[in-house]
Amino acid sequence: MTQEWNTATAVTVALDTLDNFPSRMGRVFLVDETEIAVFRTSDDEVYAIENRNPHPKGGPLAEAIVSGHYIYDPLYDWKIDLKTGLVQEPDQGQVRTFPIKVVEQQVILFTK
Amino acid sequence: MTTAKEKLVVIGNGMAGINTLEQILKLTDRFEITVFGSEPYPNYNRIMLSYVLEGSKTLDDIVINDWNWYKENGITLHTSQTVTRIDTDAKTVITESGMTAAYDKLLIATGSNSLMLPIPGSDREGVVGFRDIADCNQMLEAAKAYKTAAVIGGGLLGLEAAKGLVGLGMDVTVVHLMNDLMERQLDSQASAMLKAELERQGIKFAMGKSTAEMQGDHRVRKLVFTDGEELDAEFVVMAVGIRPNKQIGDASGIATNRGILVDDFLRTSAPDVYAVGECAEHRGMCYGLVAPLFEQGNVLAKQICGIETEGYAGSITSTKLKISGVDVFSAGEFIEGPQHTVISAKDEWKRTYKKVLLENNKIVGAVLFGDVAESASLQKYVREGTEMNDEIYGDLMGTGGGCGGGKSKTAAVEKMADDEIVCGCKGVTKKVIVDAINEKGLTTVDEIKACTGATGSCGGCKPVVEQILSYVLGDGFKKTVKTGICACTPLSRQEIVAGIKEKGLRTTKEVMHVLEWHNAEGCSKCRPAVNYYLGVIYPGEHKDEKESRFVNERMNANIQKDGTYTVVPRMYGGVTTPEDLKKIADVSVKYNVKAVKVTGGQRLDLIGVQKEDLPKVWEELDMPSGYAYAKSLRTVKTCVGSQYCRFGTQDSMGVGAMLERKFERLDFPAKFKMAVNGCPRNCAEACTKDIGIVGNDGGWEIFIGGNGGIKARLADSLCKVKTDEELTDTIAAVMQYYRETGNYLERTSEWVERMGLEDIYSKTVEDVENRKALVASIELALTFVEDPWKKVLADDKTRSELFDTTKSVTIQA
Repeated sequence: MTQEWNTATAVTVALDTLDNFPSRMGRVFLVDETEIAVFRTSDDEVYAIENRNPHPKGGPLAEAIVSGHYIYDPLYDWKIDLKTGLVQEPDQGQVRTFPIKVVEQQVILFTK
Repeated sequence: MTTAKEKLVVIGNGMAGINTLEQILKLTDRFEITVFGSEPYPNYNRIMLSYVLEGSKTLDDIVINDWNWYKENGITLHTSQTVTRIDTDAKTVITESGMTAAYDKLLIATGSNSLMLPIPGSDREGVVGFRDIADCNQMLEAAKAYKTAAVIGGGLLGLEAAKGLVGLGMDVTVVHLMNDLMERQLDSQASAMLKAELERQGIKFAMGKSTAEMQGDHRVRKLVFTDGEELDAEFVVMAVGIRPNKQIGDASGIATNRGILVDDFLRTSAPDVYAVGECAEHRGMCYGLVAPLFEQGNVLAKQICGIETEGYAGSITSTKLKISGVDVFSAGEFIEGPQHTVISAKDEWKRTYKKVLLENNKIVGAVLFGDVAESASLQKYVREGTEMNDEIYGDLMGTGGGCGGGKSKTAAVEKMADDEIVCGCKGVTKKVIVDAINEKGLTTVDEIKACTGATGSCGGCKPVVEQILSYVLGDGFKKTVKTGICACTPLSRQEIVAGIKEKGLRTTKEVMHVLEWHNAEGCSKCRPAVNYYLGVIYPGEHKDEKESRFVNERMNANIQKDGTYTVVPRMYGGVTTPEDLKKIADVSVKYNVKAVKVTGGQRLDLIGVQKEDLPKVWEELDMPSGYAYAKSLRTVKTCVGSQYCRFGTQDSMGVGAMLERKFERLDFPAKFKMAVNGCPRNCAEACTKDIGIVGNDGGWEIFIGGNGGIKARLADSLCKVKTDEELTDTIAAVMQYYRETGNYLERTSEWVERMGLEDIYSKTVEDVENRKALVASIELALTFVEDPWKKVLADDKTRSELFDTTKSVTIQA
């Protein structure tokens, strides 16, 4: 479930250079009003999701343990797919994902 | 096929009707199905409304059959449509809005309504029942606007409502007519224990009170009881009971009494019209629990599909519930009379209670509180009127029976009928679970939960599901439980540690790759564990992996549900100074700390620090980390001791602080707590600590393996020593032996039981050479520890990556 976006009309933000993203850990960005957690996985891909726990009690996600393209949320240990934002069974829910890519070492987020 | 399908119409879109439909759909696809529901939602789990109320689940979470389910099964669903009348001659149903639908077979599953007592003033605003999502929403709204609430009715529904409202921050009083809560499910002993537990959770009670009037203006403001006493309440939940919703029967000339009358095949007095669930009355009984409703649904589905069935003979009412985290169970006759022989056991410390009633030596009823592991066996004994004997007695009461315990529990599961419902919340039968285990190769309760839904709601049936699992898998069960530290690997701790040493593996990635993990990068269970094992094997050399640390250990602070953190500065031995207290107060004010709490380990906890403020708070406190977040030495609790106390025989404060300074910052398999007492009065509670030390006139006694937490355990006496040096050495040896042999997350209470006290004694006390080697190892490890807060403050890159939120603005590309 890759999100599609039109780069001609996309709203983008250059976050930081890739070397400032620690491997298998999250960093938090406040883009306009939204907190976004950005994870760099061990294959040097980056993923962006809203920094909001899908558990009804809420909380952040950036401090999760990263394994492959999944995270284990820091508060309730829910397993979440970084690609789709989908919470894995037996829990249920979905986190908002954002398109993000690395262009010449620069990590760029698309918000629309 | 040109033949038109038979038309099946269901009135009621709740658990009874839809569960029956599910059973029918498993048997046949010959019906064209139409469902009418009064509520604007698909079928949801009414039992779980209290979870929505307390906020742990959302509405979506409690939906059992979503919109898609109706679509996929070709069911026409009319929501917000109340059927008002059935024309049993023309075989059509007519709704409030005038819609009609013809049927060949009709199923009435209208459930029940809240019983609203006609108390004067109860028509005022702010008086609701607790039955559906609309009630639930009203309660959520009320909690935002008002402070005080009363719940009339101390039954299950009332208590759940009360718990939900307390969770929403309201001041809640439960008003109950009787002197015992849930008197229809519990005896007065269990009822009193339940009340005590709920009081601990913040619910207030007005027992033996009858409400004479509700006073107020347009809105209710207070209750007036028949004895003249008053209770302020701006919101009232009426939860005195339910009444079968039989209106449709009355309006359509179908025979009713308390409910719609049905025979053993759930047939009403009208041809081809059936009733199921709470709206039905069968052999004089109307059931309000979910298990009978599923049993009726089973029979009805067969009946409607023309499959031979023995019919429904009524349900044995047993109750197994979880109320505010407390498990309770009752079955059969549980209020004792002169004809009964009573067997009972009450444990006020573990807060459990067990009672079995015999009549002519046959088991006729039982009550369990706190621990309901025996509920499956007892339910069976009661149903079958089993004769009490030594073996059963031993199993139930934990004495006499010897080794028979485990065996006979499995035996009870073995004898359980295939269609007996195990999970009452989700209506999952034994057969469904057994089939899932066999067909899908399941080996854990979690897998069963994901696959069948059993245990997923209140969790009360977990012991029975475990027993079924162990019965189906036989010896395989033990194997799958014993080996493999998580689902990523079949290897045990021992095998992993041996692999690391033999092959010289250095990082978690290497370990998982070489030892052939199924999941290349592990999970939240094994990654921190392997990181810990590497740290113990290669002290000083292993580069600790922040990315393999659980959030609290990564951030060096305890995360709270809102994403803020807590900060606990070190206070060696629980002793501080006025200067330090001033500093703590100043920093707390400056960073707007939400609460300052004294912890169980005699420390101060600054609660509600923003993540980005953590480094600044540490810097300004300028105190060592108290490690309240870590699997490490947390605290050494001390009593006043010989420096000041008139009873003190040893300097507990001094020795406590010395031990804390010496052993702080070291990683352990789990959190580690200590206590030092100056005399056997034991004011610092050595018996519940990982290592507890009790001073006496000639030296110290060392206790290990105590725990006051989830699995309470009193510490065992390891040995007595004379000097402070001996004391330090023995403690060092025990700690290192635990560090080397403990499973990650295994507390010493479990470790002592697994290893055996004799083994620990021989390795750390008796065998002097081994003890020296252990002491040398821990001394080496201690040379590498450093304060984690200072470390972060000295490392700008880590500090900014972990703690800062980078603010960015969007630009149009």
